[in-house]
Amino acid sequence: MERTILHSDMNSCYASIELLYHPELRGHPLAVGGDPEARHGIVLAKDQLAKKAGVKTGMALWQARQACPGITFVHPRMDLYLRFSRMAHEIYSDYTDLQEPFGIDECWLDITDSCSIKGDGKAVAEEIRSRMKRELGITVSIGVSWNKIFAKLGSDYKKPDAVTQITKENYRTIVWPLPAGDLLYVGRATQKKLAKFGILTIGELAQADIDFLQRVFGKMGAVLSVFANGLDQTPVSLENTEAPIKSIGNSTTTPRDLTCDRDAAIILTLLAESVSARLRENGFACRVVEVSVRDNGLYSFTRQRKLQMPTDITGEIADAAISLFRESYGWQNPIRSLGVRASDLTDPLTPFQLDLFLDQDRRDRLHMADMSVDSIRRRFGFYSIQRGIMFYDRALSKLNAKDDNTVHPHGYMERGNRTGADGAKADESGYATAGRR
Amino acid sequence: MEYKIYVRVAAEFTADGKMTPLWITWKDGRKYVIDRVRSCERAASRKAGGVGLRYTCMISGSEHYLFYEENYRWFVEAKME
Repeated sequence: MERTILHSDMNSCYASIELLYHPELRGHPLAVGGDPEARHGIVLAKDQLAKKAGVKTGMALWQARQACPGITFVHPRMDLYLRFSRMAHEIYSDYTDLQEPFGIDECWLDITDSCSIKGDGKAVAEEIRSRMKRELGITVSIGVSWNKIFAKLGSDYKKPDAVTQITKENYRTIVWPLPAGDLLYVGRATQKKLAKFGILTIGELAQADIDFLQRVFGKMGAVLSVFANGLDQTPVSLENTEAPIKSIGNSTTTPRDLTCDRDAAIILTLLAESVSARLRENGFACRVVEVSVRDNGLYSFTRQRKLQMPTDITGEIADAAISLFRESYGWQNPIRSLGVRASDLTDPLTPFQLDLFLDQDRRDRLHMADMSVDSIRRRFGFYSIQRGIMFYDRALSKLNAKDDNTVHPHGYMERGNRTGADGAKADESGYATAGRR
Repeated sequence: MEYKIYVRVAAEFTADGKMTPLWITWKDGRKYVIDRVRSCERAASRKAGGVGLRYTCMISGSEHYLFYEENYRWFVEAKME
């Protein structure tokens, strides 16, 4: 049976919410931006007026002011946006329990089963659109289609406050002329590579030979072809389910550029504290530690290392991160941002090989000490107990990486490749149907 | 131009948890009795700026909106004087 899938996208989400709470700013260009003092000085979102003036997401605040002199900047209020996201999900849940958020402001809904009661996809989309406007005061654009990919393209097709339906009858005229770069998973590099072969639009991608795409792009070639032909089978996940955690990481742009090993050690320790606390909270131990480094010329790299033993001990993760950093960075430039990530996660109760030359009793005690620190922080706040290294530079160490960063980016395939393009299998099933149509 | 003004509200809670506002006390102490609540729905106030439960109230013969915001405070859309 053909599915009915909606993709709802709140139009310039942060800026719309800020405008709702600051009606006096309506009619003036507005951007939501970070704190230039703490050097998070980029535009996170902008309203329609600022957009028209050429302000782009990711611009530095001073660039935005250059592009649009009359612009007003407001600080982001993440808690408020999360509240709106929750209220939006409450509205969606009147129509289906198959709703899968994609970031804070986008969501897929599979309403196949409620169409008999609530009307067809277009009717439900129109109802959601008007309810969002009335009940939350923000506009959404919604795409209606039979697969997630085209639904998402539909929500991008016409903005703001609009519904676009992409059917099997009209997708060739709506979707196919769009540039290939609009498709999920076609980033700058892929787009360039496609252009080299004369593939500029989604239609040209859809009609390209599958074997050729697979030769050039590997497995992803088949996936892209499936996407472009509207054959994506990926289901919309049930609400409130999370993909299994594969890794836990934190990164931060530091309040000032880091210039020496000690600066870096402070930040890496801080990040390791957050990562290890989250490991303990979720009952994991990690076997791989990864650091990511970005210098002030915005050159960046990541390095990772396998640990001797699975661990959730702050000290061990911090030491691994610091030594990895020292070995891989020669201080060509001051550093602007650092990250620590723990991956290859295991359950800490899984039996593991002890080491004759390693004092496991001491490791157990360290683990207990970390647990005590966690519970002290839970009761008396993050800053109630700190490591000595933090006192070298209070300006750097005032960061609370664990509680300040709570929004996670999502990948389309974080629950695995469910597109229906499983390499060879796609040739038989997916493309046979493509050929028939 | 209208703006948002937080007000003092007396409300009644029924045994099954339903909340109904009874009267508003204005900043100068004047009391406005709500004669009837016509409807209660979630709505945004684009004029005053905010989101919450919107009670459409009859106060001495005319209709007014009273919002119960997510921050547990009540506000009305007031006219700029």
